[in-house]
Amino acid sequence: MYQFNYHRPATLDEAASLMAGADDGTYLSGGMTLIPTLKQRLAAPSDVIDLGGIGALSGITDNGNTISVGAMTRHAEVAASNAIPALAALAGQIGDAHVRNRGTIGGSIANSDPAADYPAAVVALDSTIHTTKRSIHGGEFFKGLFETALDEGEIITSVEFTKPTSAAYAKFPNPASRYAVVGVFVARCGDATCVGVTGAGPCAFRWSELEAELASGFSASAVPNAALDHSEFNADIHASAEFRGNLVRVMAERAIASLI
Amino acid sequence: MEISITVNGRSEALDVPDNALLADVLRERLGLTGTHVGCDTSQCGACVVHMDGAAVKSCTVLAGQANGAEVTTIEGIGNPDNLHPMQAAFRENHALQCGFCTPGMIMSAIDLVQKSDGLDEQGVRDGLEGNLCRCTGYHNIVKAVLAAQDDMKSA
Amino acid sequence: MANETGIGAAVKRKEDARFITGAGRYTDDIGAHGQTYAVFARSPYARARLNGLDLAAAQATEGVVAVFTGADLQADGIGDLPCGWTVHSKDGEPMVVPAHPPIAVDKVNYVGEPYAVVIGESLEAAKNGAEALEADFEELPAVVDLASAASADQIHENVPNNQTYDWELGDKAATDAAFAEAHHISTLEIVNNRLIPNAIEPRAALGEYDAASGLYTLHTTSQNPHLERLVLAAFVQIAPEARLRVISPDVGGGFGSKIFVYAEETAVIWAAGKLRRPVKWRAERSESFLADAHGRDHVTKAQLALAEDGTFLGLRVKTLANMGAYLSTFASSVPTYLYGTLMAGQYKTPAIYVEVQSLFTNTAPVDAYRGAGRPEATYVVERIVETAAREMGIDPAELRRRNFIAPSDFPYETPVALTYDTGDYEASLAKALEHADYAGFGARKAASEAAGKKRGIGFSCYIEACGLAPSQVAISLGAGVGLFEVGEVRVDVTGSVTVVTGSHSHGQSHETTFAQIISDRLGVPFENVTVLHGDTGRSDYALGTYGSRSLAVGGSALIKATDKIIAKGKKIAAHMLEAEEEKVDFADGTFTVADSNQSLTFPEVAFAAYVPANYPLEELEPGLSEKAFYDPPNFTYPAGAHICEVEIDPATGVVDITSFVAVDDFGHVVNPMIVEGQVHGGLAQGIGQALLEHGVYDETGQLVSGSYMDYTMPRADDLPSFTVDTTVTPCTHNPLGVKGCGEAGAIGSTAAVMNAVTNALGVASVPMPATPETVWRAAQSA
Repeated sequence: MYQFNYHRPATLDEAASLMAGADDGTYLSGGMTLIPTLKQRLAAPSDVIDLGGIGALSGITDNGNTISVGAMTRHAEVAASNAIPALAALAGQIGDAHVRNRGTIGGSIANSDPAADYPAAVVALDSTIHTTKRSIHGGEFFKGLFETALDEGEIITSVEFTKPTSAAYAKFPNPASRYAVVGVFVARCGDATCVGVTGAGPCAFRWSELEAELASGFSASAVPNAALDHSEFNADIHASAEFRGNLVRVMAERAIASLI
Repeated sequence: MEISITVNGRSEALDVPDNALLADVLRERLGLTGTHVGCDTSQCGACVVHMDGAAVKSCTVLAGQANGAEVTTIEGIGNPDNLHPMQAAFRENHALQCGFCTPGMIMSAIDLVQKSDGLDEQGVRDGLEGNLCRCTGYHNIVKAVLAAQDDMKSA
Repeated sequence: MANETGIGAAVKRKEDARFITGAGRYTDDIGAHGQTYAVFARSPYARARLNGLDLAAAQATEGVVAVFTGADLQADGIGDLPCGWTVHSKDGEPMVVPAHPPIAVDKVNYVGEPYAVVIGESLEAAKNGAEALEADFEELPAVVDLASAASADQIHENVPNNQTYDWELGDKAATDAAFAEAHHISTLEIVNNRLIPNAIEPRAALGEYDAASGLYTLHTTSQNPHLERLVLAAFVQIAPEARLRVISPDVGGGFGSKIFVYAEETAVIWAAGKLRRPVKWRAERSESFLADAHGRDHVTKAQLALAEDGTFLGLRVKTLANMGAYLSTFASSVPTYLYGTLMAGQYKTPAIYVEVQSLFTNTAPVDAYRGAGRPEATYVVERIVETAAREMGIDPAELRRRNFIAPSDFPYETPVALTYDTGDYEASLAKALEHADYAGFGARKAASEAAGKKRGIGFSCYIEACGLAPSQVAISLGAGVGLFEVGEVRVDVTGSVTVVTGSHSHGQSHETTFAQIISDRLGVPFENVTVLHGDTGRSDYALGTYGSRSLAVGGSALIKATDKIIAKGKKIAAHMLEAEEEKVDFADGTFTVADSNQSLTFPEVAFAAYVPANYPLEELEPGLSEKAFYDPPNFTYPAGAHICEVEIDPATGVVDITSFVAVDDFGHVVNPMIVEGQVHGGLAQGIGQALLEHGVYDETGQLVSGSYMDYTMPRADDLPSFTVDTTVTPCTHNPLGVKGCGEAGAIGSTAAVMNAVTNALGVASVPMPATPETVWRAAQSA
């Protein structure tokens, strides 16, 4: 690691002013991506501003129709929650036990790793990302590979999810890293169905063609009829674009089947 | 940077670099070399310790993040004359060979059992996915954790 | 002695007390006062000329103590890293060996090859210094693809066609004749995937130099500290052996990768002498991926000729073996004498001809990895036997049975230079079939099909030659060292025993197993036997641990030493009891005189040896401490039957191993608990090769699978629980009748898994590893 100044502010204001005063600051939430990056000297921030001391950012609140998950809430806490079982199940599949004990929802979605799990739920559920500046709809949040709608210095404070009627997440884990090769989150909200896909593209996206097919009958048999262009999908030694295309379909079928 | 952490029940006030990792503080400052470092991508799990009651990879925790925390390492859970049930089960079931992954494996397994109810074989296998062992093929580790679960729950 | 701690008992391990409490002492746990830290600058290119190296900025970096280049080492008379086994080509010429300086001098040949070492007051300072190096590389086209390497750019000036040797074994004419008579010929083209060993403890070294005595001390993660010392002294020229002590403390797994003498410990011990300060290095995992010797990596075409009734008539094998960029310590022997010699397998194939071309590529050096040549051989033999069975419509178990070497055939001389001493292959297969419920497979397959899954079963009846090795045989075939072992049994004054073995335990449990055999033979309580190992300062010249040799060779040396102890003890007891020596007997720790009630305990005799009041000093030296060297007269031949059953999800290509049965014949077993553990670990590595692990370079020679994010290590949830059992035909030529168990799991299992996968899919072949995408594609086309 290169040298940096470590800070642990107690409030969001303090965090923001530390960031404003830093040459090249970075926020630290769970550190599950940032710390390995620092260790390999792939980043050289002047200041690391740890959000772990801001107690207000942690915890899950049930608001009736929605739940709010504080940005610093660890995956393990979400996994143990019961307001949205599919979200809990998703959180329980992130990384490994140790990642779940440290990693946070805010850190995960702010990073917009194409293979992260949470983004599938963020785009599939009616969700809102609350920040120190504003509220961003979940569908507008992910902008590309490791790119989000967040401005410089803006901090996610919580993620609010509307409770679906029912939902399921099906994941095909990368055999080595345990990130998602593909993850598909299917959420039924009344008559509508939303399908979020992670792992396949530069960032999570909605599979609107499948959503349209499902509108005329909620069945796994809708999947083969839904168009899906895999030509631009991610490819690596574990899965070609074509195989990812197949996995998106299979995971979608399995998520749908589990809801029937 | 000054930090104070409680390690294995002992308060420690330390002056460490801002970029120090908890694993390095434990190994190099406190001489607790039972916590091992086996990778640089937070995958192998040889460095797992308990921090405020949760199993964490100490190679992926900054010392600053551990400021004020209670940390338990492999050295803090038992000794040869008074082994933790998980340590005893690892020995009884030959769940270790070279011993390098063992401290992290034991610390993970303890947290897994403490936070689960009636783990079966698959539950143990899933729960230990964050710890690599190259010697045992995991067969005897799984046996040991299931045996220790009985001992820990009946204790 | 049938007791709780003797031979055959599942004794709990002595070494566990420290490992489970965090009290193990691995190399990185050891520090020296005033130590510095080494960081290696590593080539970012697979092949490049190093036209210049500006050290100024690195040297000026705060906290940097020194920067050394390959030229510095050469100027100081430091030699190349040698390859210890000279293989000869078909034409009788010795293999062509490229220069292998520990630190590259003017060219680099694989990504990760060190081209400078920076020593810092802290690790961070050394890293900063390494980053400040300004290297002027001129990148050259990399040779990566093994299949085309012989016709690609020449990597080393003195190595035409990138070929170190073109080797053959067996009778070509007889094999051609066998094929001419064949009723059926099965052909198989297979790739044995490159593996990266990944012991969980990364390699490390701490070098120290004492200017007053001129003594160098190297703590390092070696499986064979004496070999390390020999190479560093005799070839690298650090210092004479007498002034160089190598200590391998607790070592966190080796699997072959810690046999070899590498650049890093060489540079560390040399720099310690130069700087007169301790120098410490520990690999980061990313360095382990790049710079540990890799394993396997063959491209093979094999053909099996069969008679109408399925009798094997002949086997032809042609293999390209990847050596990587340089010849690592034992690299040349792995695809030849540890590979071609195993092509008979468990079968009476009368004619076999094997050709192996070993080629250089711009990739990390390849050397022995658990099994070393024998897994590759088993993969060829057992895949092609299974293929032939399917093609001829003969049950694969039955085809094997028809061709097994029968128990009455031993000793059996194979057409590929080995003489098997004993075995009963039918017995292990029968037991495995029973455990696997072969009879019930059809019903299970039907149930899987009803659930939309594909189920398959695969066999592997492997043999290995281990217990390396008869020295004269090995030396006649090109080995540069003897392959005996040394053991010393020091009886203490009060009758406890300190054992010093030349074998090294990095997980194999010598402290327990060797204590069991000594306790058993001498009747000394198990608790009173302490086993020391891993220190050239403690033991005579020794050969260390690899090739499943510790018990068969190292254990035999201890038995020889123990026999000497007993013989001397009898002399002492005869004197003390005023009896004839021939009438003194020794059993269960007591010397007795035949036809009398006189006896002495072992501690009484030991005490008399060291306090020689009533002692025949004129005939016998005092003391009771004996040493023996044991050179095995033959290899040992563990063999067994592995049966794997898989269920495949054709939609995702995920392979689930529903059962894995391993029935192995290791001869007599000293500690069944430990033997089972060795099998489990080997199985995990063999299954890992079949389904998960793959060292992948891209076309420019960058290692794509260079971390645990991309190299799939077997995890707990990837593997089943195993069914492990044994049969016993004792080895005929060592005192314990043991064969060795360390590699069998990795040797036998891979073929069983791939046979099961191809059986499930109904296809002839699936590339290895059978990853989800690979299997999915095969399922699409099946």
